[in-house]
Amino acid sequence: MIVDSSSPAPTKNSLLLSSEADLQRTQTPYVTGTSVIAIKYKDGILIAADMGGSYGSTLRYKNVERIKPVGKHSLIGASGEISDFQEILRYLDELMLNDSMWDDGNSLGPKEVHNYLTRVMYNRRNKFNPLWNSLILGGVKNGQKYLGTVNMIGVHYEDNHVATGFGNHLARPILREEWNENLTFEEGVKLLEKCMRVLLYRDRSAVNKLQIAKITDEGFTISQPYSLKTQWKFKAFENPTVGAEGSW
Amino acid sequence: MFRNQYDTDVTTWSPAGRLFQVEYAMEAVKQGSAAIGLRSKTHVVLASVNKANSELSSHQKKIFKVDDHIGVAIAGLTADGRVLSRYMRSECINYSYSYESKLPVGRLVVQLADKAQVCTQRSWKRPYGVGLLVGGLDESGAHLYYNCPSGNYFEYQAFAMGSRSQAAKTYMERKFETFTESSRENLVKDALFALRETLQGEKLTSSICTVAVVGVGESFHILDKETVQALINEFEIAGEEEAPANEAAPQDQGGDAQAGAADQGPTDQGVAPMDI
Repeated sequence: MIVDSSSPAPTKNSLLLSSEADLQRTQTPYVTGTSVIAIKYKDGILIAADMGGSYGSTLRYKNVERIKPVGKHSLIGASGEISDFQEILRYLDELMLNDSMWDDGNSLGPKEVHNYLTRVMYNRRNKFNPLWNSLILGGVKNGQKYLGTVNMIGVHYEDNHVATGFGNHLARPILREEWNENLTFEEGVKLLEKCMRVLLYRDRSAVNKLQIAKITDEGFTISQPYSLKTQWKFKAFENPTVGAEGSW
Repeated sequence: MFRNQYDTDVTTWSPAGRLFQVEYAMEAVKQGSAAIGLRSKTHVVLASVNKANSELSSHQKKIFKVDDHIGVAIAGLTADGRVLSRYMRSECINYSYSYESKLPVGRLVVQLADKAQVCTQRSWKRPYGVGLLVGGLDESGAHLYYNCPSGNYFEYQAFAMGSRSQAAKTYMERKFETFTESSRENLVKDALFALRETLQGEKLTSSICTVAVVGVGESFHILDKETVQALINEFEIAGEEEAPANEAAPQDQGGDAQAGAADQGPTDQGVAPMDI
């Protein structure tokens, strides 16, 4: 898997700290993606995420693909630091490459990939050098649907619907009410769009350009980017300053 | 096989393109006591003859559980077999840790074969002197593989190795076409029959054999003595019926005839102490 580069001999102080190149440790994120939400539906998994890459409070990049395929059977959606997501994609690429080099009819399914990612994320966390992401891993193999999530501290679980970041607070309550295991593709998309719309209204880092991806036993598709219709013509928003005399 | 000037080193080719040390290692497998394996679509059965050095000692362990879904039977240098079993267990558990799922049998077997190959290409190593019958289950069904000291591996419907294994092979050659659809009970029965062939008239009891099963919904486990003896009694295999297949016995490799003669032989009591 991932081999550590050799480190300088640890001094007494750094023995408790990471052995990795101490020049780059404890991070803060720079370019980040916001929520990803995903559900199981009748034929497989649906994942939705917008295409925004924020630079702090600036909505700087508007064409970031935050959902990517992994091998034949899985999709990964990421929020958090985009550069770390790109690194993870390279790890996964290497993993899937070595898997297919066996050329033996076996292949890593979504459960295996999810567990591999959990090991990676948790190990980095233990070295105080996390990959600053919350990931969603969904897929179908041999008719079995799988949907799981793992984040930068290594917390991981599977469920019928998962979300990252703000999605946990705004989308999951909606999903808890309205999800059922026999959703059709259209119903699933409508449900995800409902959640994405709430996020668009309420999450400051959301942008109105999203992709919805689906994966089934037959394969995956990631939609072209599109926008949600929003409604701003509320009476309460008209003349917002009326009644606000003076300053403050 | 006779001594020649190209057989000292594993890294020396003979003019005929042979590596004699590797071939000698395969001889060690033939000297071990018999082990057989057979598989159906859903189950794999491994069985072995357990010879003890003397009446005072315990039997050598020849069948090892590697994981819930894989087991291995060995023949030849049992110490080498133990070490390789440990390697296999390690690989399985590491894979489970990283991927939360079972290591496919085919991949384990390739790793084992590559490990064996290394020993055929280093002047400071020697080949492993053990043959391994790896039986296991994965997504693509039930599998039985044979790994030899040369680093080769093959998949089999049924296989036998060790001394007098040809008798078992002959029995299984007659019946292997029925194995795929066989029930678990019949598969175990066939394993016991095949094992009995290698005993050449000696009575088959559960004290001199070991039987292990792995299958769909059934973790790899070794059947206990009572169960095996009950099966033997049930199938009336014990040896009262003389099996007809012994005409083919002379086909046993030359090494086997020598083992037969050496049974009452000078120093070794036939089998070297390290081989069981």
